[in-house]
This record gives sequence, C-alpha cells and structure tokens, in this order.
Amino acid sequence: MSDDSAKDKDPDPKFGFETLAVHAGAAPDPVTGSRAIPIHQTTSFVFDDAEHAASLFNLQVFGNIYTRLTNPTVAVLEQRMAGLENGRGALCASSGHAAQLLVFHVLMEAGDHFVSAQQLYGGSLTQFSQSFKKMGWDSTTVDARDPENFRAALQPNTKAIFIENLANPGGIVIHMQAVADIAHEAGIPLIVDSTLATPFLNQPFEWGADIIVHSLTKFLGGHGNSLGGVLVDSGKFDWAQGGKFPTLTEPQPSYHGLRFYETFGDMAFSIAARVLSLRDLGPALSPQNAFYILTGIETLPLRMERQCANAFEVATFLEAHPKVEWVSYAGLKSSPYYDLGQKYLPKGAGAVLTFGVKGGFDAGVKIVENVDLFSHLANIGDTRSLILHPASTTHRQLSEEAATAAGAAPDVIRLSVGIETVDDLKRDLDQALAQV
Amino acid sequence: MNHDSYPEKLIREILRKSRTIAMVGASTNWNRPSYFAMKYLQTKGYHVIPVNPRSAGEEIMGVAVVASLKYISESIDIVDIFRNSEAAGPVSDEAIEVGAKVVWMQLGVRNDEAAARAEAAGLTVIMNRCPKIEYARLSGEIGWMGINTGVISSKRRLKI
Repeated sequence: MSDDSAKDKDPDPKFGFETLAVHAGAAPDPVTGSRAIPIHQTTSFVFDDAEHAASLFNLQVFGNIYTRLTNPTVAVLEQRMAGLENGRGALCASSGHAAQLLVFHVLMEAGDHFVSAQQLYGGSLTQFSQSFKKMGWDSTTVDARDPENFRAALQPNTKAIFIENLANPGGIVIHMQAVADIAHEAGIPLIVDSTLATPFLNQPFEWGADIIVHSLTKFLGGHGNSLGGVLVDSGKFDWAQGGKFPTLTEPQPSYHGLRFYETFGDMAFSIAARVLSLRDLGPALSPQNAFYILTGIETLPLRMERQCANAFEVATFLEAHPKVEWVSYAGLKSSPYYDLGQKYLPKGAGAVLTFGVKGGFDAGVKIVENVDLFSHLANIGDTRSLILHPASTTHRQLSEEAATAAGAAPDVIRLSVGIETVDDLKRDLDQALAQV
Repeated sequence: MNHDSYPEKLIREILRKSRTIAMVGASTNWNRPSYFAMKYLQTKGYHVIPVNPRSAGEEIMGVAVVASLKYISESIDIVDIFRNSEAAGPVSDEAIEVGAKVVWMQLGVRNDEAAARAEAAGLTVIMNRCPKIEYARLSGEIGWMGINTGVISSKRRLKI
C-alpha cells in the first residue's frame, strides 16, 4: 500500500451492523480485563467524597449513583442500541411499555394530546386509551395506511405522532417517511415502535423518525428469557421550536433550575428521560436482564436472516393451503404492503405473519390447540416458533371492531416464526390445519 | 483543515497533551453549562483558568477569574471559548497573541475566518465541540448515561 492511499483512508471508519451488534458499547473491563460484559449486580455505587457525590447529583460529572438511574451493565445495552440505531443516546426500561411511558412522560403535560396509528400492538392501544388517559394524556388513533389521516387529527396541543413501522399483528408497513414529514411540519417528533423490524431490517432515523422505542423482549433479546424495553433518541429534533416541550426547555425545579436542552444539547432528551422520568417513575431494567438481552443481540443479524427466510417459506406454504383463506405478510407479492416492504424492509419483511383460517373464531382456537411444535403463547421474537389467536388473547380487551381495525379479526392466527428447520414448521401447521 | 469532523486521534492527542485550559466566558453561576464543563475538566486534572471581564477578581471553584487572556502568566494549552461565534473571532486572535497552542470553540460556536487566522499562526483549531463531552466520550464515561460514544475497540482503556 502506498503512503498516499494510507493517507486517504478514513481515520475513523464506520463499522458494519454485524460488528456493532457484537461490540457497540462493550469494551474490555478497564480494571480486570474481563472480555465478557460484567454483570454489575448492585443497587448502589460509592462516592469518592461528599464533593463527588454533590457533582454527581448536580449532573456535573458522569458516574453511577444508584441502579434506578444508571448501571454499567445496562449502559452497555443502551450504548449498543444507540449504536445499532445510529442514534445519539438510549435509555433502557423494564419493558417496552415502560419505555413508551418514559417517552411520553418527557413530551406530555396533563391536557396534551398525541396521534397514534390504530395499527398497533393491542397492548399499546390499551396503554394509550386507558392508563395514559387517566394521567390526562389524550390521544386520537387514526388509520395509518393513509398518512394524511395523521395531519387531519392534529390539534394545537398535539405533542407527537406514534406509529409502528411494521405493525403487529397485521404485517402492515407504514409509509414512515410521509408520516415523519407531517410530524415535522407540525413541529412535533415522530415516535416509531420498531420492535418487529429491529434495527437489522429497518432503521427509522433514516426515514425521519425522531425517537425509536423497542420491546427488547422480542427479537433483540431473541430467546424469550428476559423482559426489557428501550428508547433511542436521534439527537436531531429541535426541542426549542414552538415552546411545546417545557420539560426540555424550561428550568427544572428538581435540578435547581437546570434547562436540559440548553445544558445537554443533542443529549437532552435521553438524559431528561433518565434523570427526570426514570428517576421518578422507576421502571429500571435489571442488570441481569440487560446481560441476557446483550447476549441475544450479538446474534440478532444471524437470527433475523434465518427467521425472515423461514417466515417467507411458511407464508408461501400457507398461501397455497386449501384451509387458509388469506395470508398477510409483506414479503409476499400478493400483499398490498409488498412495495412499501421492499422500500422500508429490503432485507426481509420480518418473522411475524398472520393468516385467516377457514371457519373463523372456532377454527382459530382449534389450530392453536392442535400444534405440537409451535408454542401457544403471547409473545413474539423467540428462537422458537410461536402461535397465537389474538382475538381470544392479546386483543380480547378490545371491541371486535377495534380488534379488527388493529388486524386481529376473529379468524386471525398470528405466527412468530423461529429458527427451527422450516420443513418441521410446515409439517406442524399442516397437521393442525388437517384437524380443522 | 476540515472542520466538519475531526479524527478521533487528533482530539485524543489534544486532550492527552494539554494541561492548562483558559475558559473564556466561564460563569460564576454554578448551574450554567460552562460551570459544568469547568468542574468536570478540573476533576480530570486540568488546570482551568476562568476568563470573564464581568467577574474578574471573583473565584470559580477556588480559581481567580481573570479579565482577559493577557493577564494569564502561565503558558496556555487550550483556549476554550464559551462565547458566540462572532465574539469567538477576537478571542481567537488574542489566543494567537498570548501563544496558546489550541483554539477550541464550544458546541454551536464556529468562526471559520478566525480559525483560518489561528491555523496560519500555527495553532490547532477545534470548533463546535465541547472538551468535556469529548473527554467523556473518549474515556467511555459518557456511555454510562447511555450516550453513543461511537468508539469500537477491543483494547482495555484505563484513560483516554
């Protein structure tokens, strides 16, 4: 290599996704040299002296105080997620729901409003319409298949738009870029739940999202052993525009009048979510769970490749099956979301799909009871293949109309396809369908 | 020199080799960003001298505030500028006069003309960055708050 070409080399090259999945946030332990990530199973951290303690509490120096606020093991997971999403900062929470609560707690005052897609995980729809409502956070749900519906629902007190980029359980791909434009014209952030896509299939910040939330419980952890959630901030949203976000721009009494946006700039959102919202609401992630989830993330690219390939093959098999009415999977050419899927999810349409069994609700119940290899449970994103009848489980709190709008009509079966031998999966579904 | 991005190595070298930082625009108000930065850099072993004509004669964290760079008798490694981009011009020129090695303009502060003059005089110029954040990023400390350091390495790091 000549000196000239060495000079032209970027001194700080960008690392690939697979490298980040293994390394981001995790250096060998500086004291012991441990290569695996140490599990800091501790509630608290000693102060050097009273002055050090004061500086930590005033946020003037970086360091650990108490695991509800920061923990070095959890911090590796936060940095890894920030790295994989190419964001500025991240904050973990005890579940995906808790991460959503923290996001809205920063953005909303009582009496404020946000607009969400109606094509969401049923638990999110319930969280928004019931518990958030009790806190004075109002929301409107709209059919996200037409982005203009979001614009029509905006109010003067609207503080955010919330969508899933790949909606669960319908396999619906939302035109994220168009929704982001509508949010930004209104001076509000777009929040994207990217749980089903994971950063391997889609990176919402590239399409205009401002904040990403994930249930780490699903594909990221990937092994069905640990709950967790995370919020990731792009660091690019201007919180000072329009005076809509007083938590970030106005003096905070619990920090002696500190203004977060002025003091922390592009880190303001994730730091405020931590030291105001997580501090007061308390849904911290345990370090042990963070360790399990981090171990899972190391193989995320390998698992997603296999799970997407298996899901495509299972979807193709079901589409040709005489007892199946329809299959909804954005990877199939027959899907109305195929083109949007190619745009937003070129590496694969995910591993969750739904199909309609002939015979409606009762046939749906029979299928989930007759499978032998698929596990009948309410989760997705495991290495194991999972099956669920949403109408009788996750979406049963919703009215039939709302459940149908959310993609959980009475005949709908949801699959989360795992990493097993795909022929075994097809055989299991075939024998269960044969019994209907 | 390109001022849109800086090689990690350059920032590391500046922070490793420097000891004395003149902080222009340092505030006596303990809840201002400059105070946060000064406090942090002090804990990392830097000798930070606050410069602010309005507070000259007062003390910040035990160090006397001086009215201008020219009242500092010791040699200055970094002039850290907590002023707006326009005001950073004359401060940068003063940094040349007193023989500082590095002109460092804070986050949001950028003055390309002043930077060109300082570079022509042999100084190194960093703009639109905060030395506290850079130190915390390169040491990994900022990662404790879940902030993306962008640093990927299999090396054991004891300091920056």
